[in-house]
Amino acid sequence: MNDLSTPSQLALRAAAATPIGVARRVRGLSDRAIAWLFITPTILLLLAINIFPLVWTVYLSFTNYRANRPNAPVNWVGLDWYRRILTDPDVWAAMQVTAHFVIWTIVIETLLGFALAMLIDKKFRGHGMWTTIILLPMMLSPAVVGNFWTFLYQPQIGLFNYVVTFFTGGDPSSFQMLGDVTLSPWAIIIVDVWMWTPYVMLICLAGLRSIPDYIYEAAEVDRASAWRRFWSITVPMALPFIMLAVLFRGIENFKMFDMVNLLTGGGPGSTTEVASITLKRAAFESWRTGYSSAFAVILFVSVFGLANIYVKALNRVKQR
Amino acid sequence: MKRRSVVAMTAPAVVLMSGLAMQQAHAQSNPLTLCWAAWDPANALVELSKDFTAQTGTPMKFEFVPWPNFADRMLNELNSHGTLCDVIIGDSQWIGGSAENGHYVKLNEFFDKNGISMDDFMPATVVGYSEWPKNTPNYWALPAMGDALGWTYRKDWFARPELKAEFKQKYGRELDVPKTLDELHDIAQFFQGREIDGKKVYGAAIFTERGSEGITMGVANFLYPYGFQYQAADKPYDMEGHVNSADAVKGLEAYKALYDCCTPPGYSNSYMEQNLDAFKSGQVALQMNWFAFFPGLYKDPNVGGDKIGFFVNPGEKVHASQLGGQGISVVSYSKNQDQALAYIKWFATAEVQKKWWALGGYSCAKSVLNDPGFTATAPFAADFLKAMGEVVDFWAEPSYAQLMQAEQKRIHDYVVANQGTAQEALDALVKDWADVFKEDGKI
Repeated sequence: MNDLSTPSQLALRAAAATPIGVARRVRGLSDRAIAWLFITPTILLLLAINIFPLVWTVYLSFTNYRANRPNAPVNWVGLDWYRRILTDPDVWAAMQVTAHFVIWTIVIETLLGFALAMLIDKKFRGHGMWTTIILLPMMLSPAVVGNFWTFLYQPQIGLFNYVVTFFTGGDPSSFQMLGDVTLSPWAIIIVDVWMWTPYVMLICLAGLRSIPDYIYEAAEVDRASAWRRFWSITVPMALPFIMLAVLFRGIENFKMFDMVNLLTGGGPGSTTEVASITLKRAAFESWRTGYSSAFAVILFVSVFGLANIYVKALNRVKQR
Repeated sequence: MKRRSVVAMTAPAVVLMSGLAMQQAHAQSNPLTLCWAAWDPANALVELSKDFTAQTGTPMKFEFVPWPNFADRMLNELNSHGTLCDVIIGDSQWIGGSAENGHYVKLNEFFDKNGISMDDFMPATVVGYSEWPKNTPNYWALPAMGDALGWTYRKDWFARPELKAEFKQKYGRELDVPKTLDELHDIAQFFQGREIDGKKVYGAAIFTERGSEGITMGVANFLYPYGFQYQAADKPYDMEGHVNSADAVKGLEAYKALYDCCTPPGYSNSYMEQNLDAFKSGQVALQMNWFAFFPGLYKDPNVGGDKIGFFVNPGEKVHASQLGGQGISVVSYSKNQDQALAYIKWFATAEVQKKWWALGGYSCAKSVLNDPGFTATAPFAADFLKAMGEVVDFWAEPSYAQLMQAEQKRIHDYVVANQGTAQEALDALVKDWADVFKEDGKI
């Protein structure tokens, strides 16, 4: 038997290798103290880059501070910004635009993602190649996606209008996806669905692959129909994964900025001005730091609150 | 002993020489960074600045940012007290904020010491690019790049006999440079959807951009001539009845009418670059754009030369054009302020101003613009001179970005997104602007 084969031997070797000074210092520390020693740097880092900015943002939201006017006096305004934001029809319009975008992208991406996962889950020829092709959009940068979809949507030279009118007839330049009040919200939804459905598909696929085969075999023995197997086994067992995908996409799309900014800049008018664009304009174009801090706090509380309720529901589903 | 004394004698000399050499190397290797927008005149300035480097030995570095991101990028830099830029050619509307927030060095004393007089520059450019508060002798920049919003047209299309005849029959006048904005609308409508040389063309490329300042600049060229005023002449910040006057409403309606009838398909978010593309690709008969681009357009192999014509913004009730252009300032956070001031001193000289214009930059110096031969120097020179005599600028207040955003939203909502009426859009704008000024304690 080798002398390093037992944990005690290993510990002895490690202790022997520890410098005497360090060993003396550590020997006097309790387990709890050592635990604190290890996690303190992480806690300090979290405090510096997460907690402090959050607390500072909350503080700023009660002041009239402007980052571009460092010499101006900073006054306490109490809940004034919160009151103004919550009663501002433009802010509510932005929240409605955000809700429209979040809800529709989630519904379509979930349905399509799950359907694609069901397809990919079957073994067929070229299965690997198709999976890679489907995943490609997700691997692109949102900046690249936003730019090339701007060209695809161009009414005179864009491929999108050409394909649509190829099937429906008419002049490709007879409609504009990005400049039309009715179509532009759908234009950004189409791009998000194109880009992020593969992500939902991947999570759903993980769910489908986690269902043990013996459950399906037992159902087949019981002569359950494919439809029955789908509703009684596949959907309930994949549901926690689907809900997880919905949570991730929901949070991500609630704060969607880059793609919408590149595609429409919030226009035409304010038709596609999602909350994050309104926030960015207030914070870094108008430099209303206090106001935008209050807005950021409201958005944070909304997302955090909704996500918490959702996670509780997710846990209930998992426990079933 | 002898050897030691030689070493002792030569060592200080070597140290001194190497110190001097290092100092000289430092001076030569310490470049002066100039920040501006990335556009045609910036290339001309790079060329011009080679003379400065040749004269002073100061190498130049340039930080040029595309226009849609220019304000964001540079104002972030200034607000964070960044040291990237030593010299900045900032937009005219930044002057109030940059002066009040201490971003720019005040230049009065420097001008006095170096014999630089603002009387040597066109009055509109001094007010627009240098002064804060406006119309007071407090200078924060030297007028560097004069600019205004003008128009180009397809001279070759206008000259076609069959089109001339058809236009005359339809409108009862010659197909010529429009004298009013109504006439401009007619011309744009005449060309809209017409087939020329087997290609479908459109009336006019105008500014409709939502994100930065595009539609605000574009609509200004219609609002001002119809009688829009930012405030009462005798009562600052009194906007009611001026911003939303009946005349202003007419101007806004005229801009929307032009957008609805006569722009290329998908023209809902276009600024200077998109207009240049539309014109250069032979898509449009008329193009709204800054004079700064006209030298480049005149040289364009496809649409330049005798195919292009230029005209100043047509009048309606009055003659007026949106002011563009910028002044050159020294950034107060710069570590090379002496060199930066030396650059401004050099740039202000008459010879440099003359060369600046010759290279494609728009000088604001009277020595260049009032030269009897100036109007013959370029096909757009006379129009530029005329435009600079009638320019109006947007607010230059410290809160200009907030004021700009409000107008961008209200105008885009009405013109592009078809929401509400012109009167409602301008009423809402008055309220938005009043809120900003209240927040600033101005009213």
